[in-house]
Amino acid sequence: MRITQGCFSFLPDLTDEQITAQVEYCLGKGWAIGVEHTDDPHPRNTYWEMWGNPMFDLKDAKGVMMELEDCRKAHPQDYIRLNAFDSSRGLETVTMSFIVNRPDNEPNLRMSRTESRGRNQRYAWETQR
Amino acid sequence: MAMPQAQSSTESLPTSVDLAEEYRASGVAEVLDELDRELVGLKPVKRRIRETAALLLVERARRAMGLTHEAPSLHMSFTGNPGTGKTTVALRMANLLHRLGYIRKGHLVSVTRDDLVGQYIGHTAPKTKEILKKAMGGVLFIDEAYYLYRPDNERDYGQEAIEILLQVMENNRDDLVVILAGYADRMDRFFESNPGFRSRIAHHIDFPDYDDGELLSIAESMLSRQGYRFDAKATAVMGEYIARRRRQPHFANARSIRNALDRARLRQANRLFEETVGSVDAEQLSTITARDISASRVFSMGEPNHPETSS
Repeated sequence: MRITQGCFSFLPDLTDEQITAQVEYCLGKGWAIGVEHTDDPHPRNTYWEMWGNPMFDLKDAKGVMMELEDCRKAHPQDYIRLNAFDSSRGLETVTMSFIVNRPDNEPNLRMSRTESRGRNQRYAWETQR
Repeated sequence: MAMPQAQSSTESLPTSVDLAEEYRASGVAEVLDELDRELVGLKPVKRRIRETAALLLVERARRAMGLTHEAPSLHMSFTGNPGTGKTTVALRMANLLHRLGYIRKGHLVSVTRDDLVGQYIGHTAPKTKEILKKAMGGVLFIDEAYYLYRPDNERDYGQEAIEILLQVMENNRDDLVVILAGYADRMDRFFESNPGFRSRIAHHIDFPDYDDGELLSIAESMLSRQGYRFDAKATAVMGEYIARRRRQPHFANARSIRNALDRARLRQANRLFEETVGSVDAEQLSTITARDISASRVFSMGEPNHPETSS
């Protein structure tokens, strides 16, 4: 099942050239880029593992692409995303995030039901490999 | 699939390129003129920069016409005594290479050993990579590069930084330009013990010392940039000062001049404060007189060959 999270996830996977262009856009806005990866794409799994620190003070997308390349080499079967962090006062948050690497076999998200008190139904999603 | 594309791109290729026009359009002329105007002396350096600019322009024209081209390696080493303008020229170089389209961003990241080499095992590689990432698309200027290599300590982490640098200089040639700078003799020794560096650096540019006349005009332009000027006598005294200062230890060319001027301004301020009665005008506030310079220690210190009599 194709996971759709963040920007561009309904589009075909971005090529490296397109990723570079997106990163250039972010850097042009003065955002810092962080590389993160995970094997669990559950929507509630917000905190992915960081690949090094977010990169502040970059001028060129090449620096990000180098890190991404390293991360892909180390975790080829993980989801990898780029987060653009806007540090300006009052925002101080991730303003853009997109997936740049997917495993060959993406896990499914399965809905499960459990009975709770008073014959209530509780619903939950779980990642299913 | 690729064939029709290739054909259509050949058709649109120009058959001739007007180099003079290219030269104008790229804005290189401005940078070179600025270089001539604002930097005093440095003839061989300026010539090398012109040559580099010409090479890159021709390279660009070749690419535009579809001739075979290979991005030339532009890593450089600047050697010369302290205060001969290595950093200043590196900054101009970054701008120039950007205008010529050789580097994408044209910023200069200036570092020394401390910024590259870590303090414990495993600290160096991330530190060096961090700097390299920042320098991507621009120029990495490593001041006093010979400190990276310490032959007396074989466990020194500098070697690790050198290896990463070499790798990036080779693999990311079109992403950044590395400029190593330092004193000539120590750089020579550094290159001898690191043959990898020597072979990867195509351009060795030597910065000559300034002569006395050049230093005097540097002093004048520094002052005018700060809104000050010498009076007639002060110019002569400054000339004398430069000649004396050169014979003393730790002479650092333009840097010594800048420091001397800073001290002269200090004395001028003191003099105005203590001696003026009533109001001062702009003229007084921006004039450095002979007394402000001749109070320098340089004049009172005896010279080894002929002892000074003045106090």
